Parts: sequence; C-alpha cells; structure tokens
Amino acid sequence: MGGSKMDIRTKVSSRKATTKQKIIYALIALFVVLVPVIFQGIGQLFLVRIMGVVGLYVMLALGLNIVVGFAGLLDLGYIAFYAMGAYVGVIVGDIMLKAFGASFGPWVYFASLPVAALAAAATGIALGTPVLRLRGDYLAIVTLGFGEIVRILITNDVFGLTNGPAGLPRSGQNIPEPFGLLWLREHAVFSIGDNFNFQFSNNLYWYFIAVLLCLLTIFIVRRLDDSRLGRSWTAMREDEVAAASVGINITTAKLWAFSLGAVWGGVAGLTFANFQQFVSPESFTFMESVFVVCIVVLGGMGSIPGAIIGAIAIQGIPELIRGLAQSGILPLDPGQASLMSNYRYLVFGLVMVIMMAVRPQGIWPSARRAMELHPDDEKIQNEESQSLWEAEHKTETADHDL
Amino acid sequence: MSGDVIVQQLVNGITLGGLYALIALGYTLVYGIMLMINFAHSEMFMAGGYVGLFVLKALTNEAWVGAGTVGFFTGGVFGLIVLFLIVFLSAAILVGILGVVIERFAYRPLRHAPRLAPLISAIGVSIFLQNAVLLWVDSKALPFPAVMPVVTVFKAGGVTVNSLQILILVTTLLLLAFLDTFVSKTRIGKAMRATSQDRDAAGLMGIDINQVIGLAFFIGPALGGIAGVFHGMYYGSVKFDMGFLPGMKSFTAAVIGGIGNLRGAMLGGFVLGILESLAAGFLSAGYKDVVAFAILILVLIFRPGGLLGESVVEKV
Repeated sequence: MGGSKMDIRTKVSSRKATTKQKIIYALIALFVVLVPVIFQGIGQLFLVRIMGVVGLYVMLALGLNIVVGFAGLLDLGYIAFYAMGAYVGVIVGDIMLKAFGASFGPWVYFASLPVAALAAAATGIALGTPVLRLRGDYLAIVTLGFGEIVRILITNDVFGLTNGPAGLPRSGQNIPEPFGLLWLREHAVFSIGDNFNFQFSNNLYWYFIAVLLCLLTIFIVRRLDDSRLGRSWTAMREDEVAAASVGINITTAKLWAFSLGAVWGGVAGLTFANFQQFVSPESFTFMESVFVVCIVVLGGMGSIPGAIIGAIAIQGIPELIRGLAQSGILPLDPGQASLMSNYRYLVFGLVMVIMMAVRPQGIWPSARRAMELHPDDEKIQNEESQSLWEAEHKTETADHDL
Repeated sequence: MSGDVIVQQLVNGITLGGLYALIALGYTLVYGIMLMINFAHSEMFMAGGYVGLFVLKALTNEAWVGAGTVGFFTGGVFGLIVLFLIVFLSAAILVGILGVVIERFAYRPLRHAPRLAPLISAIGVSIFLQNAVLLWVDSKALPFPAVMPVVTVFKAGGVTVNSLQILILVTTLLLLAFLDTFVSKTRIGKAMRATSQDRDAAGLMGIDINQVIGLAFFIGPALGGIAGVFHGMYYGSVKFDMGFLPGMKSFTAAVIGGIGNLRGAMLGGFVLGILESLAAGFLSAGYKDVVAFAILILVLIFRPGGLLGESVVEKV
C-alpha cells in the first residue's frame, strides 16, 4: 500500500505530554477554575450557570460520542438515558431520604448517582439488545422512537411515579442540598476591594461537580478508545462484516457501546436534575437529542476535544449571547435577544447540512475518523491505484520470467 | 367499547391511514432509489399544508382576485372543484420543487458519503425548514378556512362518514393507482425501477440517474404536500411542527409495508392508521403515539423487510 502515510497507528505513543502541552493544560485548568470564581465575584451569576450547563452538555456529548463516534451507531434517542438518569435518580433519592431520614440529605445525590448510572445502563442494554441486527439508518429511527416513547410515558405519569407534565419533585418535596454546599456557602466568602464580593453558590458547586465528572469522563473515554473494546468498536464502525469475520463479537461490542454511552447520559441527567432542582418531561424532547448529536457531529465524531468545542459552540455561545443581552451588557432589546435564540435552531439545521457536505469530520476531528469520512480523498486514491498498478506489473514480469 | 364506536374508529383510522399512505409513498420512493431515509419528508408534508392554506386564502381574497372570481369559487360545486384542484396542484408542484431543490443542495453532494451523512444532513434540513416556518411565517397554529362544506354522507347509528373522509380516501387510492401504473408501465418508471435495483449499472445502460432521482424527489414531496393540505382541511389548522409525528408514523407505515415497495407503503398506511385509531379508542389518546412507535420498533426488529418487502441481505 501507499507507505507510512497510510498507516494509522494508535495514538498511544503520542500520549506523553510535552512541555508545551503541559503549559497549555495548566492554562486550561487555571481558566476552568478561576474564570467562574471571577464571574461569581463580580456578580455575573448567569455566566457561572451557563458554564455549568455547558459542562453537562460536554458530558452528554462525550457519552454520545462513545455510541456515535466510537461505535458508529447513530442514536437519535440519547436524551432518553438523560431522562432515565434524572428521573430514577430523583425517585430513588426520595426513597432514600424517606428510609434514612433527613440527616441523609447531603448524601442523597452521591448515593443515587450509581443507581442512576446503572438504571441508564440497563435501559441502554434493554434498547440495545433488540436493535442489534439493525443497520445504521434503521437504528437511528428506532432509537428516535424509543426516546419518544420514554418521553410520552413520563408525560403520562407512568405507574404514578413521574408526576406527569408537572415534573418532580412534587410540590412540598424538594431535592436535598448535596454534601458540603452549605458549609462552602458559609465559609467560602471573601472580598477584594468594593466590587469583588465572592460567595460560594449553588451554581458554582454544580459547575465544579460537572467539571470533575467531565474530567473523569475524559479519562475513562480516552482509556476506552485505546482499549481492546475501543479497537473493536473502530473495526465494527469501519466494516461490521469484516470485524465479525476476524472474531470480534459484534453483539458484545454494541451492547457495551450502548450501555457505556447510557451511563454518562444517566449521570449527566441526575446532575442536571440536582442543578435545576427540578425535572420535567419538557427537557427531554427529540430536539434535545438532536442537539447532542449536533454537538458531536459539529465537534468531530470520535474526538474528545471536538465534543468540548461542540458543546461550547452549540450550547454555550447562544446562551452567552442571551444572558449578556438579559443582563444589559450587550445592547440588545429583549425582542432581539429572543429572536437570536430562535434563530439558533435555524442556524443549527444549516450547519448540519453544510458540515456534512463540506467538512463531515467536524471542527476538531479524530485523525482516523477524518480519513474514514473522506474515503474518496484523491491522495489516498492515487496512492492506492499506484500501488495496484505496481502490483499488477510485478505479476506480469513474474509471468514473463516463468 | 360499543360496536358503533369501534366502527367509527375504523372509519377515522381509514381516513388517517390514507394520509399516512400518501406520505409513506414519498419515504418509500426515495428509499427505494437512494437507500436513504429522507428525514425532511415530514417537512414536505408541513410545507404542503402551508402552501395549500396560502393559495386558498389568496384565491378567496376579494381584494386580490376580485369579488367575481371569489363568487365563482365559493358559489357552486363546480367552482369549489376548480378551486380545490388549483389548491392541490399548486401545493403538489411547489412542494415537489422544494423537494428537488433540497435534493440538489443537501443530498446530492453526499451521494458517495457514508450512510449516516445524508441522514444527518436530512435532519438538518428538517430542523431548518421547521424553524424557517416558525420564524418567518408564524409560531402559532394558523386556522385552515373551512371553504369546502363538509357534509355527512352516511349515517347509521353512531357512525358517521363525511364527504372529506371520502375525498381523502378516493384521492389517495387514485394517486396510488396512478403512481403504480406510472412506475410499472412507463419508460421513466422502468428507469426508476432499474435505478433502484442497481444505480451504477442503470447509469451505464444510459439512464440519467440525476433525472430519475430528481423525479423521485419531485413525486414524493408532491404527494406529501397533498397529504399536508388534506391534513389542514381535516384538522382545521396548520402549524410549523405538524410534520414530525405524521412523518414518523408514515415512515413506520412505509416500514410496515416493506420500505421500497409502493403497494406496501399504502397497505402499511392503512394498517397503522386503523391500529392507531383503535388504540386511541381502547387505551387512552395519550398513548396512541406510543402504540405507533412501539409498532415501528417491533416491525423493525421482527420483520425488518415489512409485510410485502423482501428481506435485504447485507452484501460484502
């Protein structure tokens, strides 16, 4: 074949950070920690909130990335796992609170987190098992239908658990504050000068939880990508039949993809419910699923930095503009501001179409995925035909010799 | 549930099924030739509703076309027939053109791309069109003027059948018969069948592939547009998001019948319409969408080839 340029090695060898990379990482870390603290200090609370929401979407995108980016299964009902995590977590948390008393309150979130994750994973397997044989586009439609079923069931107050369109917690109940928030709010208070008065807040707490969860996710997802399972996903994504014929168990690989992807959906869902202190079926529409798909596609399928950039671009920037307009920093009247937030879906639709035509690999693609999505790349094609030509001529001369 | 109610639900189901069948034909035509799910097809249906509404409003607006013309259109049966022929034709033609334009810009560049690329592009088109209507037309439901009087044609016990229901059913059956003949008897129909069997080979035999695909993207959306006008007349309003659910259900119908198979799409439409109406009667109306989606999932899992389709074996 066309020599070393065609060789796509795993990225393990390049995983040792250079000094330059270390500095960049340190700067990013500083930014991630300091910026929200500054925003909180100068009283721009909505900015902290937006950063928290973006963090949740990064997590969702990284989770969906496992399913869509790594395993190549287009899931249009991903938000169902988000909903499962949120609802199961809140309901289980409520049961825990009743069983162990109010003193258990601070631990409810952390105790219900694994339950939510497991419930989402179980849902992922429940969805994954029957749809294993389906091809890409059929799979997308089935997952879409599944997501809609989950949402309709929640809206219809299935088994009397979900409280219908009114959402959870029911009136008179509330989601308890997590461990440490009260202490931080009372003790993490300081001022610099007159205009910088920092007090730890609810938003800041959930922002940092989201960041920690994102870091954990990135760590695990990177490991997964290089694992045996990750490589079998790649093989499956590129050619299912070929992968199966070299001994990859397609069933197991797909179920792992669905359940692992679902876990992050569930964790993000419960965190979202706690962050909002409220959960209702409105948050789990088909458009939300499309939203997350859009983040993954725009950022670059299979790429971790891509998912982060996608979340910032798609969730962060429109929210930021709206928030700035609402707080009067940007000179936009409310009509213009709401118009902008309406236009964003229009722009997303256009972006999806244009990206697919112009740059299907996304803003920051994974190297391998970029090559897959440009199979007709002229350079590669030329190399291939060149080597084919050489091979043919070699056999010809060999024939002459005989 | 009494017998009357069941029969009434059957009647409603057949009407609904006719609409689903009309939309499903568009999915199945495009899938048969391009092997892609035209996710934006539900927006063709929506666009049809809007085009129908605006043409109808324009033609019954005395300031625009003059009192005499309006009098002719709304005065007698003949005028009404002409009026609605114009409404349906303009909806079909304009939406058909929209379909061709979308194919040209959103799908044609992706013809050799991996399978998920056109699907994502189609979702993008769908979101774009919905929000274009939301922003540039209206975000609220627009009432569809009841220009055509709806008369009860048949009444027995608690069961009534009205003229609109019969019109929908008859039109659907006529359009299917027309399309079926077109595809099986004409030269272009033969070209379409050849293209759906093997696109590259058909191209080598001198068939203009772009023309065939363009035609599929004209006929499908045109039928969807007609269904959109009927939907507006039947339910009395049009809205920017009216396409999503009927679109998904019609796709289900196409899958039930065997996607790629025209008669299958028709059969699937009626089956789904009837099942859904019965479910709304037996269970609660809130669960009727769950029934449709559950049928979709079950059919795809247990009989992905559909009732009339052949099962497609993945070739290496």
